[in-house]
Amino acid sequence: MQVPAPFEYERATSVDHAIELLNRLGSEARIIAGGHSLLPMMKLRMAAPEYIIDINDLSAELQYINISDNEIRIGALTRHQQLLESDELAAALPIFRDAEKVIADPVVRNKGTLGGSLCQADPSEDLSAVCDALDASCVIKGLDGERMVSMHDFHRGPYETAVADGEMLTEVRIPLRPNSSSAYHKVERRAGDWAVASAGAAVTMDGDVIADGRVGLCAVGPNLTNIEPISEALRGQAPSEELYARVGQIAADNSSPNTDTRGTAAYKTHLAKELTIRSLRKAVARATGTDTGAVA
Amino acid sequence: MTVTDDNTNAVPTPDNNLNDNKPVGYGRMLRKEDPRFVRGLGQYCDDVELPGMLHLAILRSPMAHARIVNIDKSAAEAHPKVKAVITGADLAEQGLAWMPTLSNDVQAVLATDKVRFQHQEVAFVVAEDRYSARDALELIDVEYEYIKPVVDVRKAMDPESAIIRDDLEGKEDNYCFKWETGDKEATEAVFANADVTVKEEVVYPRVHPAPMETCGCVADVDRVSGKLTLWSTTQAPHAHRTVYALVSGLPEHKIRVIAPDIGGGFGNKVPIYPGYVCAIVASLVIGKPVKWMEDRTENLVSTGFARDYVMQGEIAATKDGKIQAIRTHVLADHGAFNGTAAPLKYPAGFFGVFTGSYDIDAAYCDMDAVYTNKAPGGVAYACSFRITEAVYLVERIVDCLAYELDMDPAELRLKNFIQPEQFPYESKTGWVYDSGDYEPAMRKAMDMIGYDDLRAEQAEKRAKGELMGIGISFFTEAVGAGPRKDMDILGLGMADGCELRIHPTGKAVVRLSVKTQGQGHETTFAQIIAEELGIAPDDIDVVHGDTDNTPFGLGTYGSRSTPVSGAAAALVARKIREKAHIISSGMLEASVADIEWVKGSFQVKGDPEKSVTIQDVAMRAHGAGDLPQGIEGGLDASVCYNPDNLTYPFGAYICVVDVDPGTAEVKVRRFVAVDDCGTQINPMIIEGQVHGGLTDGVGMALMEMISFDEEGNCLNSTLMDYLIPTAMEVPDWETGHTVTPSPHHPIGAKGIGESATVGSPPAVVNAVVDALKPYGIRHADMPLTPSRVWEAMQGNHTPPI
Ligand SMILES: Cc1cc2nc3c(=O)[nH]c(=O)nc-3n(C[C@H](O)[C@H](O)[C@H](O)COP(=O)(O)OP(=O)(O)OC[C@H]3O[C@@H](n4cnc5c(N)ncnc54)[C@H](O)[C@@H]3O)c2cc1C
Repeated sequence: MQVPAPFEYERATSVDHAIELLNRLGSEARIIAGGHSLLPMMKLRMAAPEYIIDINDLSAELQYINISDNEIRIGALTRHQQLLESDELAAALPIFRDAEKVIADPVVRNKGTLGGSLCQADPSEDLSAVCDALDASCVIKGLDGERMVSMHDFHRGPYETAVADGEMLTEVRIPLRPNSSSAYHKVERRAGDWAVASAGAAVTMDGDVIADGRVGLCAVGPNLTNIEPISEALRGQAPSEELYARVGQIAADNSSPNTDTRGTAAYKTHLAKELTIRSLRKAVARATGTDTGAVA
Repeated sequence: MTVTDDNTNAVPTPDNNLNDNKPVGYGRMLRKEDPRFVRGLGQYCDDVELPGMLHLAILRSPMAHARIVNIDKSAAEAHPKVKAVITGADLAEQGLAWMPTLSNDVQAVLATDKVRFQHQEVAFVVAEDRYSARDALELIDVEYEYIKPVVDVRKAMDPESAIIRDDLEGKEDNYCFKWETGDKEATEAVFANADVTVKEEVVYPRVHPAPMETCGCVADVDRVSGKLTLWSTTQAPHAHRTVYALVSGLPEHKIRVIAPDIGGGFGNKVPIYPGYVCAIVASLVIGKPVKWMEDRTENLVSTGFARDYVMQGEIAATKDGKIQAIRTHVLADHGAFNGTAAPLKYPAGFFGVFTGSYDIDAAYCDMDAVYTNKAPGGVAYACSFRITEAVYLVERIVDCLAYELDMDPAELRLKNFIQPEQFPYESKTGWVYDSGDYEPAMRKAMDMIGYDDLRAEQAEKRAKGELMGIGISFFTEAVGAGPRKDMDILGLGMADGCELRIHPTGKAVVRLSVKTQGQGHETTFAQIIAEELGIAPDDIDVVHGDTDNTPFGLGTYGSRSTPVSGAAAALVARKIREKAHIISSGMLEASVADIEWVKGSFQVKGDPEKSVTIQDVAMRAHGAGDLPQGIEGGLDASVCYNPDNLTYPFGAYICVVDVDPGTAEVKVRRFVAVDDCGTQINPMIIEGQVHGGLTDGVGMALMEMISFDEEGNCLNSTLMDYLIPTAMEVPDWETGHTVTPSPHHPIGAKGIGESATVGSPPAVVNAVVDALKPYGIRHADMPLTPSRVWEAMQGNHTPPI
């Protein structure tokens, strides 16, 4: 059994209480949500926070999927399992179910949260790519109240976010547009493994052309949010295999993966292209009602 | 004799798997041990809690190769909950810093001079709880002086490589040993004249047994009697006890080794690890019980690995596909200490069976085994002592030959099998295969999978640019070590004892030297006794894993339990039956010759009304009244069984894969496994063993590997990095069997525990390589991760080491 270094434990009774604790206990305090990123790091002694602030009692304030006409709001403590199972979410943003099916395993999904995933900011973490493709914004709360940042500004680099000491992430907001859909593709070496690479795409159609499209990539380099040239290339274009291939190539050109035990840099770059193509193809098919349900 | 039909009459269906039978003897029955496991009531080492028990944690080296300059343990000793901090220097004062390995090498218990692999044991802490023990490790300050590590096995013998084992007197290189087998000249002659020769380098990467339960122990030295009780994760409790006695000087009767429930072994729990020795020393010194349980990382980075062979395979054949000779040179990476677990005269284990299931004219192997700065091991990881490597080599190289000849790989194999009338068959490397009938097994597998239809489907798919592969592996193993004239481990012969006692009421207790780690001994051995004596398995208690309460024997690994101890169990039951027969003659007032044994009772021939049951006889044996002349009371017996030969199970495996041309992901679509392990005791348990081994094989073929960076850092120290397959990566296994009994085994049984682990990796790899045939690919090494497959498709295949 791997055992962590000593730490003190506090249980937050409200979001305000959690923020107060964060401010009182200082930079050595860490929030624990599902704990599926933090606890392994503590057990491996790669992290040794002095204080743990448990927010798992805050489901009334932080655990929800609220869908309105033009927006979806998801609480930071919403579990992977809820993101997987929600039929409403899958109908509006099918990319979530696509991604959640291939994130970790049921044990991790039962506890792990959206907020924890985004705040962990692991370059191989899938939900950041999903939220990036969806042009989501993050609500961050501190003693001075709330502020909202785009995914692009939220991610500062590997394991680094816009959430400052004394602040926490409370909510993710995703705009909803008509004639839109989305899809996600991931290559992993084994079920429950982190991505070798993955790509998510979201498109909004205007008749026969793509009015707006975004691609989010994962595990192919740091800071791969908001790849502008991709959106530019898609804007106003009629969907076609040539278009997907061109955009896939842009995705590959913007990737800068490393060779590691998951795969070579060349392979991951290839996947950035291949999975971008597959995600775009699927997202467009869904948005235009021509999806056959085929896997690839 | 070959029986291809099910020897139990009924065939399992999806609605009724027939497992919940209650046979008095062989047949499907649920496992006696499972009720406690499925309720979470197994008792593992870590469940042992003793009053006053302390906890031990080990400090490990962050570097792969470095001289120890200084160790400052004062801060750790000052920790309020720490009882002792021990370094290699402390152990050296007691002469305990080094211990023998199972291959007669030595291994550091704690490093004294230098560290030789990353995560080597450097010091240990004993504290009141495991958290404090672990915390205190961070208070030990070790100063290291870097030495360039030897990581690349291919460069280990270069003159500029640092010498790893400078602890060995006069050692001036990194050679571990050289070994050869077969006939070099005869093989050269065949190769010189052959129509076709094919050469391919085949790598079996380093993998890890990774049992669910890590290794550990609780050592408790009684301060009054001086007796050591050691609860420990060991597959071989008796062998371990004797080795502890020889090393520590503790008298053997003052050592009791208890192997409680074990959460998987796969060879990982054969060696004696430094942690066990540290715990024993700590309990001796402190006078309290001491627990040491490895964490997951420690298990993966420091305990016995398996494989790590770089094999140059060569095969010679006529142009119409008659295989004539196989030759190989092997470069074997043994890590920093030679910890291979194999009979002493077999430094390469049973790799000599690399000639496979084929009748060939000549064979030769020479092997260079070297030291590198990596964890020691070379354990029998479900491999029957390196047969995994041998089978992988021959089955891969035979497929390469099929590729060159443009011949169907099934047809090529069928053409070259050893024929049934050739058994017992002596191979060109001197192994005497006891029995076999290969073609029916092969045909059965081909029928089950629909071989011809699959080839037709493949042709259609290829025309459409889709990638589908069919892979075949036909393996023969040599298991059940072994005859004591040839085989011993550290001087201990590989014969097994067995004791059986029938209680007055006809219930029984059988005591085994072997130890289950999940194989189901508590069920199988009760069934063996039941078959011989007609006592229901539920009425037979199976005792194992406690040296004070079981007879001597060498333990469970290399698929030896049924071939060796299973034979002992049958023989000890027959001994009892003979005695019972004589007692029954007194009870029935008939001569022994007039009484026949009808399972469960003795009957007067021709008069079935006149009979006594084995239970009646048991009561009589213990009861009042006279027994026949010269017969002692009681009904118990013991034997020690020395096998005449190994047993040679075999099997035909066929795997179907689909490869995504865009992402290079491999999907195992189907897998048929036809196994022949001779007489089947419990087909359900056999299927379970096969399912586990097949899953293991998919893991090794597609994802598992322990790798290192150029500084010797282990890159697979957690289960996030060392991938083990899940139910999602494997298909529904389709199993079948033939039955070719072993001629020398009392019940005709062979081993089955490792067959599938041995046989399945080549089937999966052959299938993937077959799928990639349109790319002109003849070979690709494991692990066939998407990235490695994609690189092969680009023409960039590189060996994994
Ligand atoms: C076996 C395994 C497999 C996995 N596979 C995948 C995978 O395939 N894909 C993938 O994307 N992920 C994967 N993960 C990661 C998993 O998705 C995340 O660990 C998890 O969901 C993170 O959420 P959590 O609630 O558990 O975070 P925690 O571990 O509780 O927290 C993570 C970090 O975020 C901080 N934090 C948490 N909530 C907040 C908040 N509201 N505000 C500010 N900071 C906060 C914590 O302080 C901590 O630093 C895997 C994890 C495991 C253990």
